[in-house]
Amino acid sequence: MSVSDTGMNFSVNRVVAMVRRYWYLLRSSWPRILDLIYWPAVQMLMWGFLQMYISQNAGFFARAGGVFIGAVLLWDILFRGQLGFSISFLEEMYARNLGNLMMSPLRPVEFIAALMIMSIVRLLIGMIPVSLLAIAFFGFNLWSMGFALAAFFVNLILTSWAIGIFVAGLLLRNGLGAESMAWTIMFLFLPLTCVYYPVAVLPDWLQYVAWSLPPTYVFEGMRALLIDHVFRADLMLEALVFNVTLFAIASVAFLKLLASARQQGLAPARRRLRPLMI
Amino acid sequence: MIMGLVTPTSGLVTVLGAQMPNERYRVLHRMNFESPYVDMPMRLTVRQNLSVFAQLYAVPDVTGRIANLAAELDLTEVLDRPTGKLSSGQKTRVSLAKALLNRPEVLLLDEPTASLDPDTADWVRARLQQYCAEQGATVLLASHNMMEVERLCERVIIMKKGRIEDDDTPHRLLSRYGRETLEDVFLDVARGRGHREAVQ
Repeated sequence: MSVSDTGMNFSVNRVVAMVRRYWYLLRSSWPRILDLIYWPAVQMLMWGFLQMYISQNAGFFARAGGVFIGAVLLWDILFRGQLGFSISFLEEMYARNLGNLMMSPLRPVEFIAALMIMSIVRLLIGMIPVSLLAIAFFGFNLWSMGFALAAFFVNLILTSWAIGIFVAGLLLRNGLGAESMAWTIMFLFLPLTCVYYPVAVLPDWLQYVAWSLPPTYVFEGMRALLIDHVFRADLMLEALVFNVTLFAIASVAFLKLLASARQQGLAPARRRLRPLMI
Repeated sequence: MIMGLVTPTSGLVTVLGAQMPNERYRVLHRMNFESPYVDMPMRLTVRQNLSVFAQLYAVPDVTGRIANLAAELDLTEVLDRPTGKLSSGQKTRVSLAKALLNRPEVLLLDEPTASLDPDTADWVRARLQQYCAEQGATVLLASHNMMEVERLCERVIIMKKGRIEDDDTPHRLLSRYGRETLEDVFLDVARGRGHREAVQ
């Protein structure tokens, strides 16, 4: 890998160019926009009605108003954040445009910055209407969490970007053969980060694994907020430390995978650009 | 390797004084490439695609440059159409416009006229010749179309199984192999007849 891969001469202009490219694509296709809202809305409604049913029949759940809906909305930030990042990257592979980008002055770090911005744009398009639906259907106001929501969001989006960066490296190294990783990798986090239940439910040995994953702190923090009405800043700080570590590991892995891909030709371009590889 | 996609296992690739791939970002803005095997995003209009790439290459006066290129390459009428809706000839011209956006000093072309009808192919070759004459640019052309090579190239490198088999001007190649066309020279090389044998 070279020094310039890691961000020397970073150009905001090139990042803006890439964000424009994805924005043009998004606004040209209503199914793409609908897809951003559809599944989070279905999930939220399903868990919301389940919570209503349970809370009418169990004292604990009656007190723990909105835990399931809160969990599903925060889970969507984590899942959709990574998916938004990875799908924008996959769009380049589907469009066979990666060769154009990799041979332009666009640096990997600028490309990644554009993907991060697009993951937030896509997330907001999906989450804002769904959060309003949650108010309308269940009286659950995600935005009333205020500063706590900001802390949850920052930690979840950092994790989603770290995973997205790692998946982008896999895709560069292995081509579309690694596509399924983009869609499924985050589901490994679903049971381990204790989205819908406390960490204490897990076997002792698995709790160590859970506490090594930043989203676990967020979901525990959410339960503390909604059940005990306490904001656990300590959990958020611990999550941030783990996130910085995870992000650094993912970035190094990405650069290693990119360097490895360059040894044999970038996978998406290998088949198409053989004549130029002289 | 020339554009920094692949790290060489041995040897050096130097372009415009920069060692590739490590120093590629020093010179990539002075280079560009076109290949029918690499697409532009299909849902974006021609104008959107060109403006995105113009911004990536830090092209000054993007609107003016796109208008000029569109006029030169006969794309003005399709500027606001989605790229995916264009004919293959129009797509090639759009790719060429993208490749010329930053007035590259080094232009890499991969089979630039593949799958084009003879009229459009001839038109593309004429535009490339005109560009080289006006800008003094270096063009590296990868092609199996030897008529195209004969027309556009001042130096020809013939490769076989990843190794250089011959390297000379078109005129000297024809003379050494005793052939009328580069197509025949290519066939001699491809079929393992060295130039001495061919001459004999």
